[in-house]
Amino acid sequence: MRRWLWSVAGVVGTLLAVSVISFLLVALLPGDVAVLILADSATPERVAALREQMGLDQPLHIRYLQWLGNVLSGDLGRAIHSGEATLDVILSRLPVTLELILLTQIVALGVAMPFGIWSAYRRGSSIDTATLVGCLALLSTPAFVVGLFLIYIFALNLQWLPATGFVPLHEGVGANLQGFVLPVVSLALIEVPVYLRLLRSEMIGTLQQNFIALARGMGLPTWRILLENALRPSSLNLITVVGINMGRLMGGAIIIEQMFALPGVGQLLVQSIYQQEYLMTQGIVLFVATMFIIINLLTDLVYALVDPRLQRDGGH
Amino acid sequence: MRRYPLPVVVSLAWLVLVALATLLAAWLPMQDPTKQSLLNMLAPPSLERWFGADSLGRDVFSRTIHGFRISFAVSFGAAAVGLVFGGALGICAGYFRGWSERMILIGVNIVLAFPPLVLIIAMVAYPGEALLKVVLALGIVYIPTVTRVARANTLLFSEKEFVTAARAAGMSDARLIVRELLPNLVPVLLTYFLLLVAVGVLAEAGLSYLGLSVPPPVPTLGQMMASEQANALEAPHAIFFPAGMLFLTIFALNLVGEEVQRRIDDRAGTA
Repeated sequence: MRRWLWSVAGVVGTLLAVSVISFLLVALLPGDVAVLILADSATPERVAALREQMGLDQPLHIRYLQWLGNVLSGDLGRAIHSGEATLDVILSRLPVTLELILLTQIVALGVAMPFGIWSAYRRGSSIDTATLVGCLALLSTPAFVVGLFLIYIFALNLQWLPATGFVPLHEGVGANLQGFVLPVVSLALIEVPVYLRLLRSEMIGTLQQNFIALARGMGLPTWRILLENALRPSSLNLITVVGINMGRLMGGAIIIEQMFALPGVGQLLVQSIYQQEYLMTQGIVLFVATMFIIINLLTDLVYALVDPRLQRDGGH
Repeated sequence: MRRYPLPVVVSLAWLVLVALATLLAAWLPMQDPTKQSLLNMLAPPSLERWFGADSLGRDVFSRTIHGFRISFAVSFGAAAVGLVFGGALGICAGYFRGWSERMILIGVNIVLAFPPLVLIIAMVAYPGEALLKVVLALGIVYIPTVTRVARANTLLFSEKEFVTAARAAGMSDARLIVRELLPNLVPVLLTYFLLLVAVGVLAEAGLSYLGLSVPPPVPTLGQMMASEQANALEAPHAIFFPAGMLFLTIFALNLVGEEVQRRIDDRAGTA
C-alpha cells in the first residue's frame, strides 16, 4: 500500500514537472511574448488584450499557478489564428493517432514475434543470421525513408494504395484502412527490429531453463513448447518496450503523419510550429507528455498483471 | 586480438570515405551545391553528374555530400553535448550519492517523461540559430541515457579496490574522479558515442525532412528528399540517391558501433 502511494506521488510529481516545463516553453520565449505569439495579427490593442489575458505583468509563479488552474479545468488556450480551443482541436485529432498507434503495434508484433521466436529457436542458423542483419538494416533506416520508398512503389508506380487522402473511419472502414496501410507499414518496419531482437535474446535465455528441458523430455511438440511455455516468461520486457513505444508514438508519428497527410496529433504539432502558434504548441506538448506518462503507468500495471512473480507478491 | 569481420572493415572504409568527402567538400572538384541550372532540371545520373540533378537543376551528388556536413555537425555536436553533460551528471550521482544523486535522477526522469521527438521539436521551434538549436535539443535528449550509464558504471567502479585504496591514501574527490574513475569510464562512454552519432544522423534527417533543421539554401538530406518528393515518379534519383547514402552511412555506423561495444563487453567479461 505504501509503495502504491509512493508511485502515485511520483506520477503526480512528474506531471507537475512536465507542466512547469511546458509553461516555461512559452514563458521563456525571447522578447515580448505577446507580440511574438500574435505575430502578423499584432495590433497594439490585441497585444494589450493578450498581455492582460496571460497576466504578463504578473510575476512568473503567479502566472504559472493561473495557467495551471486553467489547464486543470481543461482550458489549454486557444489558437491565435482560428480561435479554436486547443483541447478541442487535439481531441478531434486523437482518434487518427490512436488508430495509427494500434495498427502499427499489431503489425510490428505480428512480424516480430514469429521471426523472433524462430530465430531464437534456430540460434546461429543462417535464418537467424539473415534475420539479425535485416534487423540492423531496418534500424539504420529512418521511417520517412521507408515511407518514401513505399509511396514510390505502391502509390506512384503500382498505384495500389493511396499515398495521401485520409478517409475518416465513419465514412467507410475499407477506405479508412487503405489510407493507413502505407503509414502503418512504414512505422511498423522501424519497430520490428527492436521487438525482434529483444524477444530473441529473452527467448534464448528462457529456452535454456530447466522447465523447458522438462517439457521437451515429456515429449511436447516444439511449437507448443515455444508458444505455451517459453513465450510468456520471455515477453515481460517486450511488454514494457511496446508500452514505451506506444507512448512515444503519441507525438512520435509526427514525420509519418506529415508525410501521409494523416490529420493526427503529430501533424497538428508540426503545423502549429510552422504557423508559430506557440500557445497551441505548448498545449500539444503538455497533452502528449501527459498521455506518455499515463501510458507508461498503464504499461507498468500490465507488466505486474503478467509477471507471475509480482502476482504472487501482490497476492497477500 | 580477434580479427575484425569483413562487414565491419567495409563499414569502416565507407565511413572514412564519407567523412573525408564531407571534410574536403570545399576542395573536391564538385559542382556548387546551390547552383541552379534550368537546362539540367531533373537530369538523370550520368558520368559527369553521378546522382543526376534535382528539380532546380542542382547537382544531387554535391548536395548530398554537403548535406552530410550538417548531419555530422549535428550528430557529433549532440553526441558530445550528451556525453559531457550526461557523463558529468552520472559521475556526480554515482560518486557523491545522497541528495545530489536524488536531484539528478529526478531531473533525468523529468526529461524522460517527454516523448523524445516532441521535446526536440518543441525546443527547435524556438527562435534562434538553427544549427545550434538542433545540436542542443538533440544533446539534451541524450543526457538522461548517458547519465544513467555513467552513474551505473561509477557505482560499479566505486566499489572496486583501487578506488577504496585511493580514498584510504587520502586522495581528494576531484583527483580521485579524474585520475581513477574517468580513465575507466571513458571507454564505456565512448562505445555509446558511435551509436549516438548514428541516432543523430537519423534524427537530423527527420528534422530536416520536416524543415526544422538548418534552413535552405544550405542543403540538408531530409529537406532534399522532402522538396523532391513531388517529382519522385520522373526523377527517383533525386530522392533515392541521398536516401541510399543516408542508409549506408547509418548502417555502417551501427555495424561498427555494435562491434566496438561487443569488444568492450568481451574485455570487461574477461577482465
